[in-house]
Amino acid sequence: MKIAQIKAKIISNKRLKRNYWHLEFESSIIANNAQPGQFVNIKVSDGLGPLLRRPISIHGVKGSTVKLIYEVLGKGTQALSARKPKEFLDIIGPLGNGFGYKQLAKAGKAKNILIAGGMGVAPLVFLAEKIKPVKPLVLIGAKTKNQILCTPEFKSLGCTLKLATDDGSAGFKGRVTDLLKIVLEQAKPSRLFSCGPHPMLKTIARIAHENKINAQLSLEEHMACGIGACLGCVVSTKAGYKRVCKDGPVFSSEELIW
Amino acid sequence: MVKILKPNLSLAIGRLGLKNPVMVASGTFGYAEEFRDFIDLKKLGAIVTKTITVKPRHGNLPPRTCETPSGMLNSIGLENPGIDQFIEGKLPFLKKLAVPIIASIAAEESPDEFSILVKQLDKLSGISAIELNISCPNLQKDKLISQDAKETFELVSSVRRLTKKCLITKLSPNVTSICEIALAAEKAGSDAVALINTLSGMSIDVNKRIPKLGSWVGGLSGPAIRPVAVKMVWEAYNKIRIPIIGMGGIMDTESALEFFIAGASAISVGTANFINPRASIEIISGLKQYMADNNIQNLSNIIGRLKACND
Repeated sequence: MKIAQIKAKIISNKRLKRNYWHLEFESSIIANNAQPGQFVNIKVSDGLGPLLRRPISIHGVKGSTVKLIYEVLGKGTQALSARKPKEFLDIIGPLGNGFGYKQLAKAGKAKNILIAGGMGVAPLVFLAEKIKPVKPLVLIGAKTKNQILCTPEFKSLGCTLKLATDDGSAGFKGRVTDLLKIVLEQAKPSRLFSCGPHPMLKTIARIAHENKINAQLSLEEHMACGIGACLGCVVSTKAGYKRVCKDGPVFSSEELIW
Repeated sequence: MVKILKPNLSLAIGRLGLKNPVMVASGTFGYAEEFRDFIDLKKLGAIVTKTITVKPRHGNLPPRTCETPSGMLNSIGLENPGIDQFIEGKLPFLKKLAVPIIASIAAEESPDEFSILVKQLDKLSGISAIELNISCPNLQKDKLISQDAKETFELVSSVRRLTKKCLITKLSPNVTSICEIALAAEKAGSDAVALINTLSGMSIDVNKRIPKLGSWVGGLSGPAIRPVAVKMVWEAYNKIRIPIIGMGGIMDTESALEFFIAGASAISVGTANFINPRASIEIISGLKQYMADNNIQNLSNIIGRLKACND
């Protein structure tokens, strides 16, 4: 697989809502090679602050356009949100190993479930596009209603959607992992795909193990290089430390040690 | 004025001949494979491997990196597959590059491990030089070998007897006098010194009141430490005769030139590899351009040629 370091032109960079942003850039090489679960590593400013690149999950591609959504949390994402259309960003990608989705069980009730926590929707929309004929069930969890993103995208892809919010402002009141347990009481899926906060993924790994379901989890870690060289972003697995940037970010739940 | 058509960047460090003085620093370039998509590896002056130990090492608890103002902390802790797996799994790719390979080595428990490693590496035709990493701040040791002149002398002497390959001793900036340690390495027969390893540092998440690194403290690198490194190269250059390989926050041609003028014969690109994988290659062409623009035939003509402010 080809990894490129490019100067990519920003097509648009807009606030979606709250501190969630949507950025589109032009790169046929990244667009053509990107797989769901992979990420790009962006030098958000030309100077020394922030120094390191920021890894951001690929949200989708359309023609030669690559789409990202990101949450402004620190200096890096803040600097990224200040970048304007027609400016150029130094981007490396596509990086990492994405979700394995070949040979999925064909459409059937809740055979494939995508579970997103907060910003975790980003790569799962891309995955839902790739496995569109399978029509997966999508569970999205967030603290409150207006932190739930991408519901129109999932709906337009024909996915069944269930929401969970901590405050009950949308869908099930409680955690998305509790919603998952309820879903599992009714039907046993063949696969789970998830991206979200670490504690959520840990719970999903436990649920998957108890129910003997294959789960693929996309992890997040602070990265220095993003290309497997520095060994900074490691995670504990049964085969020792593995690199989130190169061996992941998607891992099988059975590999991971929590 | 005669225009320089082909600037000469070649140099020798002991028995090690280099086509250009731009290396990539240990721990920032993996075993080179990770960079094959980004640059023509054959263009590099030399490649210094991630540090190798006798046995495989898992490294330190994550998180292992965090960003700091114009720099970063790391506490990787020398994760590596061990010498046997290095030779079997990593060296074949490196050998094919036809670029001098410098094996960085370290001991976990006893300094004797350096001897074991040097004996093994000495036999390998694919290894052009050995870098003694006696300055890694991430091994939870009270004191590094490179923080003591006598220990540095003894360690370098003991491995010097075992190999005729070029020996480079990498030193820590966390010392009272860098010259004292550099002189000890020189006296013991080191062919060159590499200056500097990371500075010991710490960063705290004030909301959680926890250290940002899993092992609490780590090594600071990047542009933030460059002035410290340049000063230490300059100090050492005035005291020792063996070549200095300068490093510490080199990001581009200009920062590389600072080191040459301060007295470094060669330089290593480290943290910059993470940010711009092409940094080393861009510096090689930038140096050629600088030499052409300033009518310099040999890079040696600027090494240590620092002028006084009022000259």
